[in-house]
Amino acid sequence: MTEPVIAVRGLTKSFGSLEVLKGIDLDLMPGEVLGVIGPSGSGKSTLIRCLNMMEIPTSGRFTFRGQEVTSRFRGKGARIGTGELRREVGMVFQHFNLFPHLSVLDNITKGPRLVRGQSRAEAEALALDLLAQVGLADKARAYPSHLSGGQKQRVAIARALAMKPVVLLLDEVTSALDPELVGEVLAVIRRLAEGGMTMVLVTHEMGFAADIASRVLFMEQGRIAEQGSADDILRNPRSDRLRGFLSRFHG
Amino acid sequence: MYNWDFFTVMQSFDLFLIGVWTTFLYTVGSIVLGVIIGLAACFARLSRFAALRILSRSYQELFRCTPLLVQILWAYYALPMLLGVSISNTTAGLLTLSLYVGSFYSEIFRGGINAIDKGQREAAAAVGMSGVQSMTHIILPQAIKKMLPAFINQSVIQVKNTSLLYAISVAELTYMTSVVNSETYRPLEAYTLAAVMYFVMLFPLTQIADHFERRMRRSD
Ligand SMILES: Nc1ncnc2c1ncn2[C@@H]1O[C@H](COP(=O)(O)OP(=O)(O)O)[C@@H](O)[C@H]1O
Ligand SMILES: [Mg+2]
Repeated sequence: MTEPVIAVRGLTKSFGSLEVLKGIDLDLMPGEVLGVIGPSGSGKSTLIRCLNMMEIPTSGRFTFRGQEVTSRFRGKGARIGTGELRREVGMVFQHFNLFPHLSVLDNITKGPRLVRGQSRAEAEALALDLLAQVGLADKARAYPSHLSGGQKQRVAIARALAMKPVVLLLDEVTSALDPELVGEVLAVIRRLAEGGMTMVLVTHEMGFAADIASRVLFMEQGRIAEQGSADDILRNPRSDRLRGFLSRFHG
Repeated sequence: MYNWDFFTVMQSFDLFLIGVWTTFLYTVGSIVLGVIIGLAACFARLSRFAALRILSRSYQELFRCTPLLVQILWAYYALPMLLGVSISNTTAGLLTLSLYVGSFYSEIFRGGINAIDKGQREAAAAVGMSGVQSMTHIILPQAIKKMLPAFINQSVIQVKNTSLLYAISVAELTYMTSVVNSETYRPLEAYTLAAVMYFVMLFPLTQIADHFERRMRRSD
């Protein structure tokens, strides 16, 4: 039996007195593309941010490849730290968060050089390779302010991939884009999925989720309300609430 | 009509030069020390330890909310009484100027750091950077650009503030001008010349601050 990459049991997260996640159980298997859908405010972002400890869970068990994770940067004993976790679990943000003072190339090589200790030559070779994969080989020397939204997000994906992560977390990565730029980003994600990348994908692009997700979670009020194959959840929704939610996206 | 006579005061030009040089030394010395103090106070205020935050806050308010002249006089005349040791006017002057400007710098630094979108810190953390790596490679390079105009403006004020050391007889430009005046009885020429010298030192600095401010607005 294969071991889950990430396993979560009874995970809760509160901001002050507001309980945002109310007991999440989740196993993320290698190669799986997990789609996460649900209404705004249901806790999707909080959940995905817990998976790389960007938010520290309030309670519950969280293991990465069987190892427990502490909330400290450095691990202790058998438990790994957030720094080690985040090397392996990449994240792409809705608003790109590229480093504006660095060129595209430096945006991508900063992490591998500082965190993985790669040489400049090694990191740049990998970065150029990744830029070619996302169709931006000619933008290596450009600065983020000169890129379109779609190009920025593809750079952000390349930046995350440069760390050679085991898992990639994507939180509504096309929501801030003009409609005509969504396709180029989705194409990159689709190719990653086909390449066997393990991903968690929070999205409102239901058609896309149906295409590439191997499993879909429907979140509501801090809980996983329903889950199953993309077909079951997106094409044959059982609960009224899920049907209601989906109907808003099919217009 | 007043009979201008710059020739007489010019004969004491060496005294002016001593004054300019001393003003320069106190300015540079207090700015260097002030940056170190300001950085320490800034990171103390951003720290997760409440005691450090309170300590830093108290320091800032103490020095920002009392007149510099009072601080200088207090450090020179009152502090030695408390400590039971004598303090030279050099030490008292440099220390006070540094602590004073440091309290303003620390807030300028903090403002610059806080002005950086929190997504930057998150993106740095997301690739596994430590807090220190994220601060030195991602946050500070962006924050320094933002805080530069305010930093230069505060430093311009600092040049002028060295003139308050006159009160404890430090041989900076204002004090040396008073020496020239008492030797020549030519206050109009002496103090006019001093004002011109301050202006010549400061005008380029304000131009630099303006330049950075314009450039920053363009890049936003
Ligand atoms: N840092 C935070 N502090 C306080 N409340 C937060 C914070 N982050 C999220 N929340 C709250 O948690 C709830 C879930 O938010 P989120 O996880 O962003 O939902 P979703 O991504 O599904 O829209 C919302 O009510 C939101 O206001
Ligand atoms: Mg969200």
